[in-house]
Amino acid sequence: MELGFEVTQLPPHDAPEEGEEAPGFTRPLVNDEYWEDAALSDTVPALVVFYPMNGSFPATYIWQEVEERGWDDDGTVVGVTASTPYSHRRFLDERDTDARLFADPSNGVAREWGVAHELDGMTGVEEPRPAVFYVDEGMTVRYAWVADEHPEFPPYDEIDGVVG
Amino acid sequence: MEDERILYRLQACPFCERVVRVLDEHGVDYESRFVEPLHSERDAVRRVSGSRTVPVLVDPETGATLTESENIVEYVEKYYGEGEDPNTDGGGD
Repeated sequence: MELGFEVTQLPPHDAPEEGEEAPGFTRPLVNDEYWEDAALSDTVPALVVFYPMNGSFPATYIWQEVEERGWDDDGTVVGVTASTPYSHRRFLDERDTDARLFADPSNGVAREWGVAHELDGMTGVEEPRPAVFYVDEGMTVRYAWVADEHPEFPPYDEIDGVVG
Repeated sequence: MEDERILYRLQACPFCERVVRVLDEHGVDYESRFVEPLHSERDAVRRVSGSRTVPVLVDPETGATLTESENIVEYVEKYYGEGEDPNTDGGGD
């Protein structure tokens, strides 16, 4: 995207790299019918998509792309953001997806993964920055991408090669 | 996973909280599944119990699926109450 001016840079992140162990966590995992506490280790292998909170335009764009590319067809895509389970249920209702979403209103998971983003002009609100990881069944990170700019979108074609 | 005892519940539903209290009092392990406030969107509950009301307790140990907090409390007290060895496995995290 050519804007003719410099896009805002995000500060350095501290996300796990390829070959490292993925930080485990347990949060309510929302599907199209209910939610229950689930450990990431029980949902891997999976593409783990950190994304800005439901309602933001990056959230909409990112999940449209996930659906169009069919990454979610076999249910192995999980999203993580700082929205409530109720918000996740509505978000899933509006979409045609088999993805499931972890509810992390405290943003603790994003902080643990080194991808937290404090929103300018929204005091006390933080969310994940866009980041995509492929975590294998042994909880090892096999692919990692983290946004460096605000906004920045995942390299979808590259990730096609990871999930394909 | 589905050998866990599962409680279908709604946040802040007093009937559900009553069941939770009794389960806890008897040291009975369970996994919580939270459902929609909107009654018409509780098909997951209807599939297991035939109706959309909560709480519902699904207990693989006995094969029982129970609705109505009064029934569930009675069941828990009878089956896991005094004189019985609850013998709950420590599953879950």
